Amino acid sequence: MLNYTLRRLMFTVPVLLFISFIIFIILDMAPNDPTGNLPMTIPPDVREKIRESLGLGQPLPVRYFKWCVQFFINEPLNIIDKMFDVCTWGCEDRLRVRSWATRSPVVDLIVERMPQTLWVVGMSYVVGIILAVPIGVISAYKQYSWFDQAGTFVSMVGFSVPSFFSGVLVIVIFSVQLGWFPSIYDTTLKVVDWDTFMMQIRQMVMPVMVLALQTTAQISRFMRASMLDNLNMDYVRTARAKGMKETTVLLVHVLRNSLIPVVTVIALGIPAIFGGAIITEAVFKVNGIGQLLIIGIQGADIPLVQTLTFIFAVLIVMFNLIADILYGILDPRIRYD
Amino acid sequence: MPDGGPLVLDVQNLNTVFATRGGEVHAVNNVSFSLKKGELLGVVGESGSGKSVTMMSLIGLLPSPPAEVRNGKVMFDGRDLLQTDANTLRDIRGARIGFVFQDPMTSLNPVFTVGYQLREPLIRHMGMNKKAANARAVELLDLVGIPDAAQRLKDFPHQFSGGMRQRVMIAIALACDPEVLIADEPTTALDVTIQAQILELVKELRQKLGMAIIWITHDLGVIAGIADRVMVMYGGQVVEQAPVREIFKNPQHPYTKALLQTIPHVSGERSERLQVIEGQPPMLGAAPTACPFRDRCDVSHDRCERENPERVNTGAGHDVACFLAEKESMNA
Ligand SMILES: Nc1ncnc2c1ncn2[C@@H]1O[C@H](COP(=O)(O)OP(=O)(O)OP(=O)(O)O)[C@@H](O)[C@H]1O
Ligand SMILES: [Mg+2]
Repeated sequence: MLNYTLRRLMFTVPVLLFISFIIFIILDMAPNDPTGNLPMTIPPDVREKIRESLGLGQPLPVRYFKWCVQFFINEPLNIIDKMFDVCTWGCEDRLRVRSWATRSPVVDLIVERMPQTLWVVGMSYVVGIILAVPIGVISAYKQYSWFDQAGTFVSMVGFSVPSFFSGVLVIVIFSVQLGWFPSIYDTTLKVVDWDTFMMQIRQMVMPVMVLALQTTAQISRFMRASMLDNLNMDYVRTARAKGMKETTVLLVHVLRNSLIPVVTVIALGIPAIFGGAIITEAVFKVNGIGQLLIIGIQGADIPLVQTLTFIFAVLIVMFNLIADILYGILDPRIRYD
Repeated sequence: MPDGGPLVLDVQNLNTVFATRGGEVHAVNNVSFSLKKGELLGVVGESGSGKSVTMMSLIGLLPSPPAEVRNGKVMFDGRDLLQTDANTLRDIRGARIGFVFQDPMTSLNPVFTVGYQLREPLIRHMGMNKKAANARAVELLDLVGIPDAAQRLKDFPHQFSGGMRQRVMIAIALACDPEVLIADEPTTALDVTIQAQILELVKELRQKLGMAIIWITHDLGVIAGIADRVMVMYGGQVVEQAPVREIFKNPQHPYTKALLQTIPHVSGERSERLQVIEGQPPMLGAAPTACPFRDRCDVSHDRCERENPERVNTGAGHDVACFLAEKESMNA
């Protein structure tokens, strides 16, 4: 297993380098331009100067190489410096990947946005899974019961209603009509005591609800299908023939097998959390990663978009690997060697 | 060979119906049979004749819906299993009635060790702790002839061959010393040499442990080798039942006769082509009102179209559901 993991990790390096290059080329071909949002009164030669000062005059391979140096060498060194409060080689004038729009380092921007996204999107994922697994189990065991039918309906809603609709709907109901929760997520809120903690919870409820509905819809369907597959297996009949209790048959024998593909799917869904939820973040004014990405794209802030996209790529590749390893751990029939 | 011992299992007029989208399927119709202490009852019949459904109905192993046991009685230890509540039935299953299924490749749970699956019934029914159950599990694997038992308990099913897995299944079924072992085509999925080994094992275990066995098979050769009594099923009904010698020497039902002719003779001249029984098995869409075998029978007559023959006794422990046999027994 360790061997396999190392082999896969080694293989990831060229894959990720290749992905980063492809992202770079695609962004370079994008029609937008960092000066595009500047006032029309700025004459063309000034625009050209601005472009040059951003480094856009250089050929693509040079620009790509510089990004690589900044991202793969300078940024990690900077993290080390910060963590251990030291000054490794070149710490004074080290070039970092900087946003064109704000001139601040991209990594700092991401670190700033991460907590909001993790709180809201990550929490909704956790809530979604906690709801989805039991719903899937019961729906499968009582297939076609009213519970199953209700679950099917709610899943259909979760799949088909877009979050810009459900988000606005819950705002209208719970904020405007009932006044239970604030409609805007206050990022400046610091949790210091019980009251602020409760305020944090209250402002999280609605976005988490909207996003968890989607997660629950998907995972519970998946769980249900996996349970149904396993419920018809011969080993279930064997367990019953041994006189095992129904709860043991269901929650030990069937569930243990059914969770194998579900856990994989859950692991594969984790990178999407870090990507944020662009629309939901916009609806509730959560300034998370999703919103950062949108601002970056609109402003043609290529270093920001490049870096964010690449980080997503890294996460996706890593969680694919983690899902494969989990599969090997959960299913004794799988051998990696 | 036990004769006239006490009955451990007495099944009367069992009927099982499946509700399907295409209507009802009457898979088991008025099946009656009994099993004496220590006896080995062979059950034969072609595919779809209701052998498995009958045995699973006995101990409530069929999912309901779609299965429904309409009426009948299954007497075991002074109680009717069909009227027994689910909890008591669970206490009987696996403890006093063991089950071995056809396909050893899929009958074990792939994600638990063999030891875990062996310990489960011991802990559940015998109230053993894990340590005691483990010791007993080693004993059981030894009993069914798996070498290096203590070590192999930690292995997963996929690390065993098909024959070994069937031995494990037998060990699980025998874990709590059952009075009845029901083996549903336990050797069909195995190759011939492994089949012979499993048969030998069961014969030996029967000597040692003395439980009654119901052995379902397609293979009359197997039956000849191990059974005390044979029950022939056709279209969800028992058409003939007799001691094993009787069946081979003096088959009465046309279906049994045809079945015996399909056995290829290894020795002797190969004059004839391999025999097959012409025609299709009956549809089971409704409760039978005529002889199920009439369309494929050489000697059927108009009464077979109108009535379904009852089983009548034609000699010592031999009964047949055929009008011709009925006449003969009246003449005699
Ligand atoms: N779940 C079910 N739904 C509908 N019909 C069923 C179901 N299970 C079994 N049957 C029907 O019951 C009849 C008897 O099936 P059974 O499995 O008992 O046959 P069998 O004698 O064991 O055959 P085989 O030798 O192939 O195992 C068949 O006609 C089959 O189609
Ligand atoms: Mg069968």
